[in-house]
Amino acid sequence: MAKPILTIKNLTKKYGENVIFHDISLTVNEGDTIVIIGPSGTGKSTLLRCINLLTCADDGQIWLDDLEITAKGCDDDRVRQHIGMVFQNFLLFNHLNALDNVMLGLTKVKHMKPDEARVKALRELERVGLADRAEHYPGQLSGGQQQRVAIARALAMDPRIMLFDEPTSALDPELIGEVLEVMRKLALEGMTMLVVTHEMGFAREVADRIVFLEKGSIVEEGPPDELFYRPKHDRTREFLWKITELYGKKDENK
Amino acid sequence: MDVAKFLQYIASGTAYTVGVTLIALPSGLILGTLLALLNVYSGKTSKALTNLYSTVMRGIPPIVLLFILYFIVSGSINLSPFLAGSISLGIVSSAYQMEIVRGAILSVSGGQMMAARAVGMSKRQAIRNVILPQTLRLAIPPWSNEAAIVIKDSSLVYALGVPEILRRAQLISASTQQPFLAYAAAAVIYFILVFITSRLLDGLEKQLRIPANP
Amino acid sequence: MADWLQLFQRYLPDFLKGAAVTIELTVVGLALGFVVGILLALARLYGPTWLKMLAIGYIELFRGTPLLVQLFLIYYGLPSLGVTLSQTISAYLALGLNSAAYQAEYFRGAIQSIGASQMTAGRAIGLSRWKTIWFIILPQALRLMIPAWSNEPISLLKTTAVVFLIAVQDLMAKAKRAATATYDPIGSYLAVAVVYLVMVIILNWGLKYLERKTTIPGFEMESKKA
Ligand SMILES: Nc1ncnc2c1ncn2[C@@H]1O[C@H](COP(=O)(O)OP(=O)(O)O)[C@@H](O)[C@H]1O
Ligand SMILES: [Mg+2]
Repeated sequence: MAKPILTIKNLTKKYGENVIFHDISLTVNEGDTIVIIGPSGTGKSTLLRCINLLTCADDGQIWLDDLEITAKGCDDDRVRQHIGMVFQNFLLFNHLNALDNVMLGLTKVKHMKPDEARVKALRELERVGLADRAEHYPGQLSGGQQQRVAIARALAMDPRIMLFDEPTSALDPELIGEVLEVMRKLALEGMTMLVVTHEMGFAREVADRIVFLEKGSIVEEGPPDELFYRPKHDRTREFLWKITELYGKKDENK
Repeated sequence: MDVAKFLQYIASGTAYTVGVTLIALPSGLILGTLLALLNVYSGKTSKALTNLYSTVMRGIPPIVLLFILYFIVSGSINLSPFLAGSISLGIVSSAYQMEIVRGAILSVSGGQMMAARAVGMSKRQAIRNVILPQTLRLAIPPWSNEAAIVIKDSSLVYALGVPEILRRAQLISASTQQPFLAYAAAAVIYFILVFITSRLLDGLEKQLRIPANP
Repeated sequence: MADWLQLFQRYLPDFLKGAAVTIELTVVGLALGFVVGILLALARLYGPTWLKMLAIGYIELFRGTPLLVQLFLIYYGLPSLGVTLSQTISAYLALGLNSAAYQAEYFRGAIQSIGASQMTAGRAIGLSRWKTIWFIILPQALRLMIPAWSNEPISLLKTTAVVFLIAVQDLMAKAKRAATATYDPIGSYLAVAVVYLVMVIILNWGLKYLERKTTIPGFEMESKKA
């Protein structure tokens, strides 16, 4: 029996008068990988930020396991420890090397002893294939390597769920593969993931479900095959067609 | 006046000048950093108040402020002119240092705060562990400039009767009847102090520089 | 507070007289600094090596020592070399020579941001080196310089406040007199602080206006590092 890890119910977010998204409901079960797609400006990033409490939703509720994290008096910082987040532009701490980037949360938030934290951080770097780059500063790493360190940094906190916000869209094409490879591995290991991406190859292969978001609401969701081959809405078909044109050329040729 | 006495005068005057600077500069840095943090990370009221502080303090000549603060400080606690003057000079400098630190905070991208919060750090932890370490590095070059200004402004406590270099030069000039040489010697000492300080801070900046920072 | 307002009111005419002197000092210092500053910048950029070194030495010395020391050196020191100047002239000279060192750096920044291509262009149409500087480089540099340079008048206005220490009757000297007469130093210095603040704010507005009037869209200096 699948156990829901993240439950979103009737979530609405506005910036002033501007409604970003409206009445979004979504459940992510343990071990699932959910991919969110949709045109830019539809509120995908905002949705992830709401889930991570980096910004407040205006209406609706979110549960992490059985805890309602949108409830009043909920400890934001504690919640964020259990939700990993990976950003489009990596956002590594510029003044720290890869190892210290991963260690900082462990020592300052989890209050681990430095020795333990170091061992754990090295293990996480190993997991993303960067143990040999531990001493490198962000400026000395390629984009793909920086993003992998960012993933290790999030993983180190042992999150219940990982959120990815277009993790490869700031990368040069030849660097995308290494990041997707790490994410694929995570999915296989059973990590629960919510991923915003336009990498259709990844979505088709790894996602349990794809959610198509447009103009602030969910147009359609379902398993990849269903969305790709039997979409219920024309808009889904059009968007997927456009996106495969743009990003998926290589896939088509295979 | 013999040479030994002359040198001893100069040395003790230099010690006072260095002392004033070593009190004023760090106290201005601490106060300025607190003000900058209030300005950037607190509510609208703190922003407005700290902006007002900055505009007013930077709109008044340092020597006028120094006199006002000196009379307030020495009127409320019993301090020597040296201490009262140094603290007052620190307060004068705080408004300028606030602007330096604020500029540096704003040039650390907002994403750094978001990333720190996403790992589960509180705002306070994020400021301490992520924002300030980057900010203070960025602030070193403009801060080096401010350090030179504070060394030079330390000459203002001359007017409060603190026996720093300029006051010593005045005494020497009176007793030797060589005013040009006396003040030229004072100028040389200030110049050396400013020069050494800026070299030291240059070195510090190089040492702390983040490798290959984009 | 009522007492303070009374003090302010009683001494206002005196303060205004002092403020006039302060403004004079600022204007003369700025003008002298402007002229000497241009010469220094040109010497530093285009002069023969010895002149370059001289200009650099001047700029570093004047920026590396307190104005107060420079003032004392001129007013108390020069007489022993046979040059005796009045208090006011000494103050003008100290402020102007000091400001020149700072203004020179603003000029240099502006001239360097124009770059060598304008010099080449000028020489290519047959202008001499100095004519190119005068007719091509300087007119552009002066415009480019305004945003950065507009710090200098305010900074100079504030620095003038030390000249009362050689008994020039500026605004600060009036404050000292009021302080002695009223036994209320805090009140007196606060009063002139207000007058200085008002002058600085008005000057700031004026300079912002000048800046807006003289910007040429798309023709700006590389934004300076924070
Ligand atoms: N802090 C903010 N204040 C106001 N509007 C915002 C803010 N952040 C995002 N928006 C707006 O919300 C909308 C959705 O943005 P975003 O979530 O980044 O979209 P997506 O990630 O799908 O491209 C955009 O129209 C954007 O302008
Ligand atoms: Mg986005």
